[in-house]
Amino acid sequence: MIDNIVDITLLSFLVILALAIIRMRSLFAVVMLFSGFSFLSAGLFVVMDAADVAFTEAAVGAGISSVLMLATLALTYSSKNADKEEKPTTHKPWLPLSVVTITGALLIYGTFDLPSFGDPDAPSQLHVAPYYLEKSMPETGVPNVVTAVLASYRGFDTLGEVTVIFTAGIAVLLLIGGRRRVKPKTEKNGGNRET
Amino acid sequence: MAVTVKHNLILRVVSKFIIPLIFLFALYVQFHGDFGPGGGFQAGVIFSAAIILYALVFGADKAKRVITPYVLRLLASLGVLIYAGTGVATILLGGNFLEYGVLASSQVAGQHLGILVIELGVGITVMSVMLIIFFAFAERGQAVLSSNAESERE
Repeated sequence: MIDNIVDITLLSFLVILALAIIRMRSLFAVVMLFSGFSFLSAGLFVVMDAADVAFTEAAVGAGISSVLMLATLALTYSSKNADKEEKPTTHKPWLPLSVVTITGALLIYGTFDLPSFGDPDAPSQLHVAPYYLEKSMPETGVPNVVTAVLASYRGFDTLGEVTVIFTAGIAVLLLIGGRRRVKPKTEKNGGNRET
Repeated sequence: MAVTVKHNLILRVVSKFIIPLIFLFALYVQFHGDFGPGGGFQAGVIFSAAIILYALVFGADKAKRVITPYVLRLLASLGVLIYAGTGVATILLGGNFLEYGVLASSQVAGQHLGILVIELGVGITVMSVMLIIFFAFAERGQAVLSSNAESERE
């Protein structure tokens, strides 16, 4: 009962936030609302007993990505548009709106075939999940099944994930790591001053 | 990004108080990940969040003196090396790649050791990559802002 109330409250807050993000024109406020959206999703994950996912969502979605989006706003700063207002749209919203409505309706129709939340007979509960739940404690001695699966049973996957993160870091360094791109601009400005 | 809070005393005092606690929490999440929620990925993000908070309040240059970009690059590769190295070590000890059981005398002890070590590798890489990305943005932002200011002056 209380779970349902919490779920409905969190989900309606999510809908309100999503509508506010669409209506909002100030990009700074939109970034802040994104952060709030991530934090509410983290709360939803906690209600669903997925503490590890909630942890990641709160730290990455609400924390780091907001900082990075704010940094991007600062990068694209121009004195003409100091308020960071989004440009008003020029096209009519009817085509995208109908596409979104039809896709949403199809997705909701699709959920009718899904097993209900926490159903013990759901396909995902019958494949490898029973093995992990029964054997992870005697085989690895790690009480947290999520960690046991991530680090031990699926250790190779996690190695891949770490490599992906490492590659992302290298890519960012290669793209905007140095100051090379900006320097010629300032030199050009300096050259203009002399003429 | 020249977003340095220069005159906000409350922010400076509170963040000085809170940053050690964030570090402590990150270490807890890192080494307690096999018993509670958390693990290397979350711990790395929390650890980097503490340093990013420091950089936002006291300036990126001061934060770079705490942990230099060169060290960050080394750490980012060190984490992946620790992870993959654990796999190679298990091969050398006669097991399969990332089969932790051979690392210690018993299967469970080896699993425990292996999980701890690779989570450490994950944490180190995630922490340093997050900081590398943040510092790259911050540095570029400073350059753009200063070039903007220069062109506005003309």
